[in-house]
Formats: sequence, structure tokens, C-alpha cells
Amino acid sequence: MSAHLIATPSAATYGEEAKPRKGFFTDTSVCIGCKACEVACKEWNHVPPDPQGFSGSSLDNSGELGANRWRHVAFIEQKVSVGIEEAAPESFVEEAARQNLVEEGLDPHSDEDGFRWLMSSDVCKHCTEAGCLDACPTGALFRTEFGTVVVQPDICNGCGYCVVSCPFGVIDQRKGDGRVWKCTMCYDRLKDDMEPAGAQACPTDSIQYGDLEELRERAARRVERLHERGRGEARLYGDSEDDGVGGFGAFFLLLDEPETYRLPADPVVPTRRSPEVWAAALGAAAALIGGVAASFLGRRP
Amino acid sequence: MSGDGDGRRGRRGKSGSEPSMVPRERPTSYYGRPIVKGPVWKPEIPFYFFFGGLAGASACLAAAATFAGRPRLARRAWAGAFVGVSVSPVLLISDLGRPARFLYMLRVVKVTSPMSLGAWLLAANGGATTLAAALNVLMPKRRGGFPEVGAALVGAPLTTYTAALITNSAIPAWSEARIEMPFVFGASAAASAAGAAMLTVPAEEAEPARALGIAAVVVEEAAWRVMLRRLGPLAKAYEDGAPGRDDKAARALGAAGAVAFALGSRRGPGSVRTHRAVSTAGGALLLAGAVFRRWAVFKAGIASAADPHQTADLQRERMAAEGRPGA
Repeated sequence: MSAHLIATPSAATYGEEAKPRKGFFTDTSVCIGCKACEVACKEWNHVPPDPQGFSGSSLDNSGELGANRWRHVAFIEQKVSVGIEEAAPESFVEEAARQNLVEEGLDPHSDEDGFRWLMSSDVCKHCTEAGCLDACPTGALFRTEFGTVVVQPDICNGCGYCVVSCPFGVIDQRKGDGRVWKCTMCYDRLKDDMEPAGAQACPTDSIQYGDLEELRERAARRVERLHERGRGEARLYGDSEDDGVGGFGAFFLLLDEPETYRLPADPVVPTRRSPEVWAAALGAAAALIGGVAASFLGRRP
Repeated sequence: MSGDGDGRRGRRGKSGSEPSMVPRERPTSYYGRPIVKGPVWKPEIPFYFFFGGLAGASACLAAAATFAGRPRLARRAWAGAFVGVSVSPVLLISDLGRPARFLYMLRVVKVTSPMSLGAWLLAANGGATTLAAALNVLMPKRRGGFPEVGAALVGAPLTTYTAALITNSAIPAWSEARIEMPFVFGASAAASAAGAAMLTVPAEEAEPARALGIAAVVVEEAAWRVMLRRLGPLAKAYEDGAPGRDDKAARALGAAGAVAFALGSRRGPGSVRTHRAVSTAGGALLLAGAVFRRWAVFKAGIASAADPHQTADLQRERMAAEGRPGA
């Protein structure tokens, strides 16, 4: 990586009190869209309700991550070949069922008739280089001993700068309160050696919690197994420390491009641009002083 | 696919097991929802960008006038600086909700946060400008000293840090304008400082402010054009809809103000009184143009954040340009 400002403190600053970095591995290939994580997160963290109507966006009526939604389950409907024409019949019953479907008018070879669901539980990524943390002017956002990123509500002054500094659009201002809120990875539970609420509530282990290092190994094995099974579209997202945020604390196994899930393909923490930003700002300031001085030159009062 | 609805995406392959083999035209989106969040700031903030710029550039103009022995220009510019730096914290506090919240900004100094450094710049400029303005009012023959130098040195970055503040963000049309935006903001601030001084300054001391105002409009227009050209498709955020209208207003007001400044010069045709009236009008036009400039930029940030394709396309193009896998 090129030289850049890194003020994002790491859990290492805790010295002997530092804990192994904790994280989430969200394997979307087994998410069933039950939203138990959304509910558990709201209940445990006393996240206020927010008005919710019928969105028309498949089964997703809660929209996106925000001040009052620290977990969000995405639902994506895709027209793809169901692939049953390729499957070797394992039993007479299956073969009959397949024939029956075809006779009823389903064309397994057509794009139009195939269909699949993609479901994914989104959450704060707890970046290694966190834009929100770098932007916070008050010190309200801090790095915990677990390597997670947490807002202290009693110090947040509601300046809103972290909101535009997050490459994922996660952190948000709460209306009527003015302060910002986001996932804490259940900091209170972590301190008591408990699993975060969303991970504990997940019935399929789509959300896995643990030491980040171990989760990354587990994820690599999982994606390998899916590839072996012909699921070439499976890919890990946010597992590499070489990305623009130094790796995610909460990373994902996706079955399509990140944008399909409302995720950026190549997130970069704004702080990596700061040397350029400040060089331009100071250059322009110097130009202003020079311009003002020049407007007095050669003129006698 | 139904999840997008705008048909930007290529058809998937026949086989469900190998969709990644099918090239796609553009990245898709999740029901058109934004990837990054736009600013949650109240209207106070674009007005603060204006008043902070007025304060900082006025301090530079005032300090130069003090040192150059133009006391009447100096007093008016110090007044502009003082008004700007007094209104600024009021606007910020109004955005935050209550005064104590502004003080939270001053509990740490954080070099990674333009917001933090800006709060300190504003505080420092407030002190230096207040002292320099008071000294210039009390001692009309004063030829300048440390307070004037300090106010100018802190004032200049006060006009451009607000550009650093917004370009040091995840919003594509802001972030990708990071080289030009401080020059736009600095020039716009210089135009507003010249405009404020020209409202009331007598003709015999007005020439530096007149020259500064005209030069600022030219530099701002040039920086803006370079910025839009380099932004490429992201420039749409500045050109379409409400930001585009504010941009047109800013450019028209700036150009009209510069023309009025040129016509109001002592060398121009007409009586002294006409020159004065035209110059005053030019000052008002430049001030209005600077307000519209900040609003155009602010609204462009909202528009850019709201469009998931601005975020996605920029990243995909970067990945492709760097030849990275998955691009």
C-alpha cells in the first residue's frame, strides 16, 4: 500500500488488555431471509422502531442499514435458469416431477422461467481502516479491544461527518436525536464472552461470529467447497487486507456481484486520499494569500 | 432482473452454475438504492461554507489593507471578517442542536478529521480576527502586527478546509473533485470578501478589492471548468437538476458582479456617484454568487450520493484501469 495517513488505532493500542480481533462471517449461500437477526438486534440493543410500509422491493420492507436498523436483510429476486435440465435424475420421483413441470409449461431452458432468491444479512463492516472513526471530530467513535468500531452516544455531538465518510453507507443520524448510531457488534455481550445477538439468533449459521483469523480460514474452505460443487459464482467479499479499507471485520460470501447486494465493489476509506486533499487545500490557501497580496501591488493609496 | 428495473444489466447465462462467465454491461444496483449516504446536514452548513469563506478571505484582505495603509478598506474588510467569524459558530451550533455540542469538537485534535482541524481553525481565526478588528477600530492609523498576520494565515485555510471537508468523503462527485474544489472555494471566498468590502468602501481605497473580486471570479470559473471536465460522468451531479440551477445562478451572478466591478472603476464612464452605485451592486452580486456556489456544491453531493451508479461505476472503472480481477 502507498503511504497514507493511518490514525485508525488498532486493538493493539490496548496492550495487555487487547483481545483477539472478533468478526462476523456472513455466508449468504445459507441465508433463508428469516430476519431473526434484524429482530434480535433490535431487541437486544433497544433500537427504536421506524416507520415501515410496503416497499415493493420483494420481501424487503425495511430498506437499508441506518440509525434505527443495525442489521438489514436484503432480498433479491433473479431470473436465472433453474438448471433442472442438467441435473441427473436421482430417483424416479424426481424425474417424474421434472417431466411434470416441463409438461405444465415450465421451460427449464429459458431465462424467463427460471428464478432464484439471493438473501443476505448486511451489517457494519467494522473496517480495519474505518472512515467513520477517522472522520469523527469528538472521539465519540473508537476502536474497542476486540478491534470493532463503536460510537459512544454520550460524546457524539451529531456533526454527521461520519455519515458521508463511510464507503458503505452504514452509519446514520437518528432524527430527533441528532446523534449517529450503528452496529456495535454487541460490545456489551462481547465483554461478557457472549455471541452477538444477530449471530446467536441465526438459525442456519449464515451469520458466524468468532475470531476473525479463524473465520477467514473457515470462509476460504467454504468457498472452495462451493466451487467444487459447481457454484462458480460464490466469492468472498471483504476477506482481504489488501482492499481499500484494510480488510473488513465483518465480511461476506456472496453469490453475485457486490452491487447486487447494495455493496461497493471497491470501497476505499476517504483517509487514503487525505494527503491529496490537504495538499490541494493548503495550495489553494497559499494561492489566496498570494492573490490578495498581488491585488495590492503597484497601487498606491 | 426485477431487483433493478432499469435494465442496466446484461442477461444472465443459461446455466445457473456459471453466471460469472457472462460479461455484464454495467454493475447492477439494489432496487436503485444508494450505496453511500448523503450529507445529513441542515441548510446551515452550506451557509456556513459561505460565511466561513467570507471570514477567512476578508481577514486576508483586511490584513493586506492594514499593512498597505488603506485604513478605510481595512476597517470594512475587518468588519466582514468579524461578521463572518461570528455568524459561523452560530450556524454550526444551530446545525448541531445545542451549544455544548460545539464544544465537544474541541475536546480532541484529530489530524485525520478535516472537521476537527476546521473547528480549531475557526476557533483560532475567531480569536485573531476579533483582536485585529478591535485594534483597527481603536487605532485607525495602525499599520499591522501579529494579530493581522495570524488572522490572515489562519483565515486562508479557513476558506479552503471546507472543500477538504467535503472531498475527504465517500461521496463520488465530491471526492473526485478533491484537487480543484479548494481552488473553487478559495476563489469564491475571495469574491465574497471583495464583494462585502465593495459594498461600502470609498472609491479612492477600493482598487485592490475591485481587482481581487474580478480575478476571483475568473479563477473560480476556470477551476470549476477544469473540475467538471476531470469529473467526467460524475459532473452530471453538478450539471443536472437543482445543483445545476444553483450553478448557473452562481456563474451568472459572479460574471455580472465582475462586469459591474469593471464598469464601476474610476476610469470608467459616468459620474463618481454612478461608479460607487455600480460597484456596490457588483459587491452584492458577488456575495449572492458565492452563496449559490456553496449551495450548488452541497446539492451536487446529495445528488451524487443518491445515485448508486455513480458510486459503482467509479469503482468499476478504477478496478478496470488498474487491471484488477473481477473488474
